[in-house]
Amino acid sequence: MLDAITGYLNSGTTPGEYGSIFWATIYILVITIGISLAVIAMNWLERKILAHMQIRLGPMRVGPHGLLQPFADALKLLIKEDIIPEEADKLVFWSAPVVVTMTAFTTFLVVPFGRTHAVTDMNIGVLFMLGISSLGVLGIIMAGWSSNSHYPLMGSLRSSAQMVSYEIAMGLAIVSAVLMTSLQTGTGTLSMIGIVEAQNAQQTWFIFKFFPLGFIAFGVFAIAMVAETNRAPFDLPEAESELVAGFHTEYSGFRWSLFFLAEYAAMLAVSSIAVTLWLGGWMRPFPNFLSGPAWETAFSFIPALALFVLAGMCLLGTVRMPKIPQMRVQTVGLGIFGTLLGLVGLVLLVPAVRERVQDIFWFVTKVAFFMYLYIWYRGTFPRYRFDQLMKVGWKVLLPIGLAVLIATAMVGLYPELAAAVVGVVQ
Amino acid sequence: MSDFETDYRHAKPGQSGPGVTDYLDLDTKDETFLDATELVLNMGPQHPSTHGVLRVILKLDGEKVLGTECIIGYLHRGVEKIGEHRTYAMFNPYVDRMDYVASVSNGLGYCEAVEKLLSVEAPPRAQYLRVILTELCRISSHQVWLGTHALDIGALTPLFYCFRDREEILKIFEKYCGARLTTHAFRIGGCLYEAYDGFEQDCKKFCDAFLPKLDEYEELLTTNRIWVRRTKGVGILNPEDCIALGVTGPVLRASGVKWDLRKAQPYESYKDFDFEIPTGLNGDTYDRYLVRIEEMRQSVRIIRQAVDGLPTGPIIAKVPKVIKPPVGEVYHSIEAPKGELGYFIVSDGSTQPYRMRVRPPSFVNLQALDKMVRGLLVADVVAVIGTLDIVLGEVDR
Repeated sequence: MLDAITGYLNSGTTPGEYGSIFWATIYILVITIGISLAVIAMNWLERKILAHMQIRLGPMRVGPHGLLQPFADALKLLIKEDIIPEEADKLVFWSAPVVVTMTAFTTFLVVPFGRTHAVTDMNIGVLFMLGISSLGVLGIIMAGWSSNSHYPLMGSLRSSAQMVSYEIAMGLAIVSAVLMTSLQTGTGTLSMIGIVEAQNAQQTWFIFKFFPLGFIAFGVFAIAMVAETNRAPFDLPEAESELVAGFHTEYSGFRWSLFFLAEYAAMLAVSSIAVTLWLGGWMRPFPNFLSGPAWETAFSFIPALALFVLAGMCLLGTVRMPKIPQMRVQTVGLGIFGTLLGLVGLVLLVPAVRERVQDIFWFVTKVAFFMYLYIWYRGTFPRYRFDQLMKVGWKVLLPIGLAVLIATAMVGLYPELAAAVVGVVQ
Repeated sequence: MSDFETDYRHAKPGQSGPGVTDYLDLDTKDETFLDATELVLNMGPQHPSTHGVLRVILKLDGEKVLGTECIIGYLHRGVEKIGEHRTYAMFNPYVDRMDYVASVSNGLGYCEAVEKLLSVEAPPRAQYLRVILTELCRISSHQVWLGTHALDIGALTPLFYCFRDREEILKIFEKYCGARLTTHAFRIGGCLYEAYDGFEQDCKKFCDAFLPKLDEYEELLTTNRIWVRRTKGVGILNPEDCIALGVTGPVLRASGVKWDLRKAQPYESYKDFDFEIPTGLNGDTYDRYLVRIEEMRQSVRIIRQAVDGLPTGPIIAKVPKVIKPPVGEVYHSIEAPKGELGYFIVSDGSTQPYRMRVRPPSFVNLQALDKMVRGLLVADVVAVIGTLDIVLGEVDR
C-alpha cells in the first residue's frame, strides 16, 4: 500500500499515466485549492495594480495594505441574502453558476504545471481544454435566459456571439502551434505535455519559431483569449456602463461569487494554454543558451530567491509602517506574512523540493505575466462596441489566423515543397 | 410628460388593453414576449451611465435602437417656483444647485440677469474675478464630463486623472469662498469676497500645471484606436438640426456653427481677452470631444490674461440693501460650460420676482438624444448621453 503511494513519486509521470487514483485525487485537491487561492490573490492584485495605475491606493484598511480584503469580501458574499428573482426559472438559475464554475475548473485537469505536475496527460489535451472551456458559454446563456430580465438576456446574447466567433480565430492559432510540434518527429501531438516537450526538443519556444509566424499566431491567440474570457476591452457581456452587470445582473451573494470565481479561473485556464503552446510551458528561460549543470543549479535557486524578495518587501513594509498604536496590528500582520513567505522560500531551498518545484514556479510566473496583461488592458483601453468586436473577430483575426496557418504549413514543409517544385520544373 | 403616467409605467411589452397605448408606436398588440421582434428596454433612472436619474426607454431591434423616449423629472425640486418665493438675494445660492458641476457659471448668469434688471454694472475688478472663476469652473466641468464620458465608453483611468486635476480648481474655489462645489461665489452687483493672498499665483500655477495634464488625457484617448472607433461617426448632428433643436454650447460648435455667447454678445469683460472658439467639422462624438478639449486650452488662455490684467478697485457696485428692481422683464444668457444658460426674470417691483424661468443648456440639448441615437446600437446610447454632457440637476431643476 505504502509502496503504491510512494512508488509514484519516483516514476516521473503524471498520476493519470501512472494509474494512481490516490495521487490523482491529491493533485485535483491541490489544484482546486490552488486555483481558488490564485483567484483570491488575483482579486487583491487586480484591485491594487489597477488602483496604482489610476493614482489611488486601492484597499488599505482590512489587513496590511488590504491583504485580507478578498477574504472579507468572500465572507460578506457568503452571508448575504440569497435572492432568486420570482420570475426566474429557478432550476436553470440555480444551475447556471455551477455549470460555469465546473467547466472553468475542469479545464485544469490537463494543464501541465510541470513534466509530472498534471492530473493526467490526455493525447487530445488541447481539444479537451478548448471543448470544456467553451462549455462555459452554456452557463452564461443559462444565467442570462433564466433571469427573465432584459439586461442579462442581452448580456448573454452578446456573450454567446462573442465567444463563438472568437473561438474560431483561437482554434486556427492553436492549430498552427500544433503544426509546429510535428516538425521534427513527423507526427504532431495534441497532448499538452507533448507540446511542451516538442518545444524542448526543437530548442525554441513556439512564439519564436518561424519568426514572425509563431509570434503572429500567438498574438491572434492573445487577443482572442481576452475576448473569450469577456475581459476588457472585450467585456461587452458585462459592460457596466451599458448593461448594468450583463448576464449576472440578477445574481447576488454566493452565486455571484461563483461567476467571479469562474471568470478568473477561465482567465487562468486560457493563459495556461497560451503559456503551454507558445511560451514553453514549464521550461525555464534560455534552456539552450545557458545550459549545463551549473546554470541548472543556478536557475533552480530562483524560486526561493523570488520568495525571499517578496518576504523582504513585506519586512521593509513593516519598517516603513507609521509607528502609531493603531497600525500595530497591521505591522505585526505584515511581518508574519513576510516571515511566512520567507519560510516557504527556505523550504524551496531543500534540494528534493527545489527539483520538483521549479517547473511549477516558471509556469506560474508566465501565467502571472498574462494576468498582469489582463489588468493592464483594463486600465488602458475603452470598450469595443458589439459590431466592432464582431468585425475584429471575423474580418481581422480570422483571416490572419488562416494566413498564419497556411504560411506555417508551407514553411514547415519547405524542403518537400521545394523538392516538388524542382521536380515539376525539371 | 404627463400622459406618460397613464401610458407607460405599467406597460410591459406584449401587454395591451385599455389604458395601455403605444408610446413608441410599438406594434405589440398580439405578440407575446418571445414572438416580439422589438425589445423595450428601460434604461434608468437607476443605471450606471445615465448621469444621474435620467430614464430612457429604448425600443430595440436586437441591439439596434429604433427609438427612444426620455423620462425626466426624477430630480425636480421646483427651483423656478422657489425663486418666485424668495427675495432676489436669497435665491442666489439655489441656482448653484442646478448644474452642480458648474455652479459658478449658474451664479454668474443669475447675478448678471438681476444686475441687468437693476441697470447696475459690476466694477472692472469684480468682472475680471468673475471671468477667472467662471473659466476655472468651465475647466472643472469639462473635466467631469471627460472622466464620465470616458468611463461610459469603458476607459476607467481618465476619470481618476481628471478628478485629480479638478481637485486643484476646487481648492482655489475653497480658498476663495469657502465652498468647493456649491460655491455661491458672486453677489448681485459684483463679488462679496476680495481675492485672497496668493490667488493670482494659485491660478497661474494651475494653468502651468494643467496644460501638460491635458496632453496626458489626450495621450490616453485622442489617438487610441478603440476610442476613435467608438466616437467617430457616432451621434452625428448636422448644423441645421442643431439650430432647429436649439442645441447650444460645445455640441453646437462641434457641428461647425461658430456660436459662442462670449464672442457673439460679450458679457462681463470677455471682450478684453484674446481667445478662439474651437469648432468641429463632422458634428460627431469625436469632434465634440476635441472641441471640449480645445475649450479647456482656451480657458487657460483667458485665465492667464485675466490674472495678468487684474485691475484694482472696488469689487462690488452700489446695490441697495433691499433689492427692489423696477417693473419689467429681462432675459440674460451666458455661455455656461454646457451651452447657453439663460435667466428670464419678470419683476413686479416687489422684493421677489413675479416669474422666474431658467433656460438650462442640458435640458435643451437632451432633446437631440433621440435624433442622434436612432439607428445606432445600445452602446452608442451611453456614448451619446455622455457626449451631450447633461446634468440632471439642471434638466429637472
